[in-house]
Amino acid sequence: MPGNILGSEDIILSATGIDKVFPGAKALNKVNFQLGRGEVHALLGENGAGKSTLVKCITGAYRRDGGRLVLDGVDIDPRDTFEAQRLGIGTVYQEVNLLPNLTVAENLFLGRQPRRFGLVDARAMNRRAETLLAGYDLDIDVKAELSSCSVAVQQVVAIARAVDLSGKVLILDEPTASLDAHEVEMLFAVVRRLKTQGLGIVFITHFLEQVYAICDRITVLRNGQLVGTREAAALPRRELIAMMLGRELGDEIKTVAKAETEEGPVRYRFSGYGRRGHIAPFDLEVRKGEVVGIAGLLGSGRTETAEILFGAEKADSGSAEIEGKPVELTSPRAAIRHRLGFCPEDRKVDGIVGDLSVRENIALALQARRGWARPIPRAEQERLADQYIKALDIRTTDREKPIRLLSGGNQQKAILARWLATNPEFLILDEPTRGIDVGAHAEIIRLIENLCEQGMSLIVISSELDELVAYSHRVIVLRDRTHVSELVGEAVTTAHIVEAIAAGEKQGASR
Amino acid sequence: MNALKPHLIRLAPQFAVLVAVVLLISLAFPDFLKLQIQNGRVYGSLVDVLNRGAPVALLAIGMTIVIATRGIDLSVGAVMAICGAVAAASITSGHSLVYTLALALAVGLLCGLWNGILVAVLDIQPIIATLVLMVAGRGIAQLITEGAILTFNDPGLIFIGSGSFLGLPMPVVIWLVFGIAVTLLVRRTALGMLIEALGINRRASTLSGVSTGVLLVAAYVLSGLCAAIAGIIAAADIKGADANNAGLWLELDAILAVVVGGNSLLGGRFSIAAALLGALIIQSINTGILLSGFPPEFNLIIKAAIIVLILVIQSPRIRDLAALFGRSESAEATVKQEAK
Amino acid sequence: MNPRYVPLAATIAIFVAAYALCILQYPNMLSTRVIGNLLTDNAFLGIAAVGMTFVILSGGIDLSIGAVIAFTGVFIAVVLENTGLHPLVVFVLVLGIATLFGALMGAIIHHLEMPPFIVTLAGMFLARGMAFVLSIDSVPVKHPFYATMKAFYYRLPGGGRITLIGGLMLLVFAAGILIAHRTRFGANVYALGGGVQTARLMGVPVARTTIAIYAFSGLLAGLSGIVFSLYTSAGYSLAAVGVELDAIAAVVIGGTLLTGGSGFVGGTLIGILIMGLIQTYITFDGSLSSWWTKILIGLLLFGFILMQKGFLYLSKGGRRLA
Repeated sequence: MPGNILGSEDIILSATGIDKVFPGAKALNKVNFQLGRGEVHALLGENGAGKSTLVKCITGAYRRDGGRLVLDGVDIDPRDTFEAQRLGIGTVYQEVNLLPNLTVAENLFLGRQPRRFGLVDARAMNRRAETLLAGYDLDIDVKAELSSCSVAVQQVVAIARAVDLSGKVLILDEPTASLDAHEVEMLFAVVRRLKTQGLGIVFITHFLEQVYAICDRITVLRNGQLVGTREAAALPRRELIAMMLGRELGDEIKTVAKAETEEGPVRYRFSGYGRRGHIAPFDLEVRKGEVVGIAGLLGSGRTETAEILFGAEKADSGSAEIEGKPVELTSPRAAIRHRLGFCPEDRKVDGIVGDLSVRENIALALQARRGWARPIPRAEQERLADQYIKALDIRTTDREKPIRLLSGGNQQKAILARWLATNPEFLILDEPTRGIDVGAHAEIIRLIENLCEQGMSLIVISSELDELVAYSHRVIVLRDRTHVSELVGEAVTTAHIVEAIAAGEKQGASR
Repeated sequence: MNALKPHLIRLAPQFAVLVAVVLLISLAFPDFLKLQIQNGRVYGSLVDVLNRGAPVALLAIGMTIVIATRGIDLSVGAVMAICGAVAAASITSGHSLVYTLALALAVGLLCGLWNGILVAVLDIQPIIATLVLMVAGRGIAQLITEGAILTFNDPGLIFIGSGSFLGLPMPVVIWLVFGIAVTLLVRRTALGMLIEALGINRRASTLSGVSTGVLLVAAYVLSGLCAAIAGIIAAADIKGADANNAGLWLELDAILAVVVGGNSLLGGRFSIAAALLGALIIQSINTGILLSGFPPEFNLIIKAAIIVLILVIQSPRIRDLAALFGRSESAEATVKQEAK
Repeated sequence: MNPRYVPLAATIAIFVAAYALCILQYPNMLSTRVIGNLLTDNAFLGIAAVGMTFVILSGGIDLSIGAVIAFTGVFIAVVLENTGLHPLVVFVLVLGIATLFGALMGAIIHHLEMPPFIVTLAGMFLARGMAFVLSIDSVPVKHPFYATMKAFYYRLPGGGRITLIGGLMLLVFAAGILIAHRTRFGANVYALGGGVQTARLMGVPVARTTIAIYAFSGLLAGLSGIVFSLYTSAGYSLAAVGVELDAIAAVVIGGTLLTGGSGFVGGTLIGILIMGLIQTYITFDGSLSSWWTKILIGLLLFGFILMQKGFLYLSKGGRRLA
């Protein structure tokens, strides 16, 4: 096994052959993962790759369906996170899992406050909190509410709590997502210190420069499978990205150039469009019958771009034009009036209306555009529903079935149907093939190509690069919430996309 | 006929319970079912149930819509008191009946608008937002009646409380007509579906272009209107406005009626007809207890029992269990379909 | 200033300013007598409000307390009338019942995962219904022990009296403050209010804490019922209607966040005093009607809810900038 270079006495945590099955999907398939003492080990992969499932199996949040977990030479089978914590595995999450309304000291000692005569000895607790945090070079008022601290300080407090409780393995799940460069440095100082104390540290992030800055080894997962474990120093950035996005270098399938649309008139023009804190101002032109792909790693501003185009978040700079006429796309309603449509990434939260029937879900956007006073007649709704159930091959026993009972892929197709029913001219698809089975993948790709041939303009966001390359005329590459590069025609290849992301990452490392 | 079938199935449990309650009472008191016609007007316990239940039935109409949006309106009892007081004050100071009614209804709309803005614009939790008016409302009503029970003897206003139309008491006619009107309004337009979508998933609805903010405000405005009508009826019934007791705790009865009607407190799918049946069930039990000579307050224990029963039925834990069965069923169905 | 103290400071400032205004207009209001009466008259409300503070701090609500107060009063009166039990025995008995009752509601809230609002609504119906079952009429309490307890007070300089029940309220507040800020249970209550999910992840025993919170609220509602019974020397099933609303108002005006997680038991005492002060002022004035109390309390409630919303908005904005 590549990368398995540690002797068994240096391994603090070993997971072998971990399986996890969810209804309808295999989330983890025989995944192996080894963590050494005093090692910082990156766990990488796109959304849905199985990172968090693996972490949850290790921390007992999920019960694994198969495989072995060995901590410090002893087989373990934690039933919940507390048992894992007691055994020595602590976790710190991105959204700091502490209580913002308690003080720093209370957060550190919740449930184990020092007591005197049965009452919490606040003075002793605060003193111990100060001592504990001094070990992390943190000199703050432990009596202040946690919410008054910066996110970085909150992270360090969370780490201090986890290490104090557990002390063998520390799992950091996207701890740097909302930190600035200085704060990241401060966090890394803490991580290095813990490393010298012999802790095994698992580091999950989507910032590759941070991986190279702090990690000793890297394990990549994709679609619930182990792609490989490598020494960080011996793994070039391009190769790493290729591992994550599922492309072997030089293995190109994209040869069909779709440059002809380059000639068509620009239908949608966004200039200097942006929103502070979400996405840096960008220029974007989309032609009739053109598919513009958006690529970038998680957190690079892909979804933010989609939301701002659709008016789900208001742009605070720039202007939008449709066929030369300036338009205001300040709300989804306004965007829909201008014949835009948006299939969001998080279907369950932003897409489906779970208790409504498939028919009603399909009719919803069209109905909203017509206004409440002009209901779509029932017969027409049924016709629409039947038409799209047939056209998109939505597998449901009945159009009156609540949509939450459908599988993910069929829900996705129903949401697509919702927008197609409005006859959109410009459709934004955020991860249309995420979390759906392979057969449905192909159908959705075919659908995208059909829509484009019918003259629709599309923006497709996807982390499946080979798919993106297959249907996009142009690909825009994002990094750090900025549009950094645009690939056109012949240049649209996975290799170029990977390179553009990696090039960005190199510059990003210096920020 | 076929289109009606799902509605009938939806209403079946409430209907069955209502029939069972009525039968049970009439077994003990055969007079319960007796109807008499005197002076072109129907009299009898059943009519009484319909008549006494009018305020709760009216409140339940608005409450159904508010609860469907995943909200709650605690202020309706207090709004009833305010509007009753406004009507009484207006009529005793010599204004015309039309002006009085318009004024009282307008005040109800205004109260609803206030709640709606707190919920939709300021984004305050409904239970907290409507608490403000619940607490202050009775004070406002007392301010209008100046602490006394403000009596009036305008025949027009009194007619609303005790007159009759086509042989039925006016309150019954009003809630029936209003209930049908609102049902038609939400079901003949797309409002019903949009409200359900908003209640189930507000964000997805907004992203689909539904004006969720406007709909939310409208729901509370409707609830205010219902409370205003109920308040006018309650005042007309006793020929006076009692700021202290008008509509006291009726918000809870209205919520109970909605829940007995099988509407989920977590919003979404709703049925006004079922909520109205719920209101009638509650009122029948009330009347039954009254007939049986028990003190009317025994009702409270029965209401508590009903809530606990419904809690158990609606509990997410139980629903999860049910969904588990439902899922395996749907999975089988998918398998079957794929096999075709 | 630490933002968590701002609502409390606002409450205290409002109280001091209001009291100062009262004194300017009616110098008589500055007397220990007024203060003593303020404590006595609001004792039952204050005790119940301590329980409500814990419930609201944990992110819940308890609508049953008015009904539990009424039930307790009727229970005591009926049992004293029909048996030879000593009032103290009856007190212990009724406190046990009230505590169990609260615990039961807590258990239903936790295990059936239903909103506290509707569960405690059922509790309210049940408790009041049981009170009616015991007696529909107002039952007077004539036990000599009641007279003994009422005669028991501490005389303040200036003629004011801290009565037994007034003193009991202060004691309950002291105990409440201690429990909220000096015990693990108290910390767990705040933790639940900060987020049940996170609290569970951090090892807070959610089930035990939830049940204990409502049991505590039930216990204090029972105690409040005893105090009410001493105050009125009677048990009446229609008594204490709407006390839960007054208690909620006092808690919010006392600076506790209605969504839970932030606030002080001590603030609730000030909230009670503000509400009592409004009533006292109206009594002193004589020409103003009592309904102004409700309107003013409603306005204060609205003001505090808006202020809390503002803080939430600011803190969110601040976090986004960071």
